[in-house]
Amino acid sequence: MAILKDELEQSSPSVPSSLTQPPEIKLPGRKTPLLSAEELAELDQHDALVIDHVSKHFVKSGGMRLFRRGDAQKHGHKIVRAVDDITLTIHRREIMGVLGSNGSGKSTLIRLISTLLIPDKGTVEVFGHNVVTEERAVQRLINRVSVEAAFFRKLSPLENLLYSARLYGIPAGEARQQVFEILTRLGIKPDRIRQPLENMSRGMQQKVAIARAFLTAPILLLLDEPTTGLDPRSKQDVQVFVRELRDTHDATILLTTHDMDEAEALCDRIAIIDGGRIVALDTADALKRRVAEQQGLDREATLTEVFMTYTGRDWEEDEAEEEDDDE
Amino acid sequence: MIETKSAGGPLVGMIRSVGREANKSYAFVERGWYLTKRYWAWELVWIVYNVVNALSITFIATVPSVHLTPAQVNQFILYLAIGTAVWTYVSVVFDNVTETVTMERWEGTIEYTFMAPVSRLTHMLGTCLFALLHGLLLTALQLVVLGLFFHLDLSQANWGMTLVILLTGSISLIGLGTVSAVLPMLFTERGAQMAYIIRAVMLLVSGVYYPVTVLPGWLQAFSKVTPTTYMLDGLRQSIQGVPVHNVQQPATISMLWPDIWPLLICGVVLIPLGQYIFHLAERYAKRTGKLKRNG
Repeated sequence: MAILKDELEQSSPSVPSSLTQPPEIKLPGRKTPLLSAEELAELDQHDALVIDHVSKHFVKSGGMRLFRRGDAQKHGHKIVRAVDDITLTIHRREIMGVLGSNGSGKSTLIRLISTLLIPDKGTVEVFGHNVVTEERAVQRLINRVSVEAAFFRKLSPLENLLYSARLYGIPAGEARQQVFEILTRLGIKPDRIRQPLENMSRGMQQKVAIARAFLTAPILLLLDEPTTGLDPRSKQDVQVFVRELRDTHDATILLTTHDMDEAEALCDRIAIIDGGRIVALDTADALKRRVAEQQGLDREATLTEVFMTYTGRDWEEDEAEEEDDDE
Repeated sequence: MIETKSAGGPLVGMIRSVGREANKSYAFVERGWYLTKRYWAWELVWIVYNVVNALSITFIATVPSVHLTPAQVNQFILYLAIGTAVWTYVSVVFDNVTETVTMERWEGTIEYTFMAPVSRLTHMLGTCLFALLHGLLLTALQLVVLGLFFHLDLSQANWGMTLVILLTGSISLIGLGTVSAVLPMLFTERGAQMAYIIRAVMLLVSGVYYPVTVLPGWLQAFSKVTPTTYMLDGLRQSIQGVPVHNVQQPATISMLWPDIWPLLICGVVLIPLGQYIFHLAERYAKRTGKLKRNG
């Protein structure tokens, strides 16, 4: 019997310990602060993010738009309402998840907060600073990871990250040390850190993009589908990093994702966005209970069911729709 | 994360603030250097192109002519050599600035640069500073090669004044470079090529290969408002010397003042004007969503 038990143990698929137990990852501490003590104290007086009736539309046309919105419609141009009257408050140290189908306005919302877009209507405030009129004050508090890792691909991760660090006022020596610490903890071998990024896989490039945001230890971190394209282990590493950034650096995090497990594991609250509008906002458990009640389920609904209920579609439909748009 | 207030008055604070901005500006210089190293083959092509171009133009001065004495031929060689050198300098500066912005648009990094807490003045000063250093290096290399092919009479050169003209002229180039950077920011595909228009007009009206006096009157009006006209004239006088009673003499600051003051005015006007135009273009891009590449 003892022999049979050993054979069974050897033949059964083993689960890596890193997947059952989150790895111990310590976020490197910033030696050079971006904010003074007074500025940090002032942060406590405000919510991390206040989005008040914000709208953003785009005119889909080939050339420069030299006319107003009304004229655009008259000329047959398509107006896309990317964000439509969104109101949302995120408290300090909160991790807020935003779920939405492709093209629902998630990335536009993040760009509005990131000072990369100017809202048509409404206001966005980051710790009390308006993103349009106090752009620089907001930029000191935020960083962003987008779904596409944008880099000078001929340059190495070290060169790209040193450039970024200097822009945020981090001395090169300190940044160099942090780059190696963060990247090796995200699973990138030290010898790859000096090689051109173009030779790296998409997943590894995405890890470098995540490292770029972590490097500046932002008070508000905007994560736009950060783990898309990452393997399960890397996803878990990133999730541990995100939690640690909140716990040790008092960061507030806005996360958009298509990964329901990720949303459930990380987010304190979840907003579901559809057609540029927030259609549901609550904790994952509350949303699941509500949907279970609505649909008369004798069990708790899954987050995927919640998503489908509020958006009226599933991921396959999204992808088909996106392909149609491309055509 | 907590920073304690350090001792020191407003002056210390101001010095620190300038230091921080200088460090941020240096980010663009360092990035330019990294990119130049990685694209070394393209750099080589560019050097060969500029040198061959300069040689082919300067050889025109050696065409046998009954009207020119040997001394005048030497002056003509130097005249064209300075023209090609300044043109290389201006071209490298413009190409560097526009190509960097084009590359940022293609790679999508422009969103990250624009999201960073960096003023646009710091951003463009850093970008242009690298372009100026790069331009100086390539131009110096070109002049060294030209010196191997031709006798360049530099006996009347006043190098101190050459430096003054180069520096004052470069201030204007930062302003013009900032304006040209707007085009690739708004037009990813062909913006850099559109910036050639600015360069082409400067080539026509600045007197790069001929005196501006040969131009029709209405084109000479453009020459008067183009900084490279004064830059070229000042550099030629500072290197070739100025005729005094039919004898070439090294140029003094008073002799070059007619070129220096317009350059100073151009610099004072063009840097804020360039910043303002860039600011308007950035606002337009942020209103219409033109900064994004993907997502």
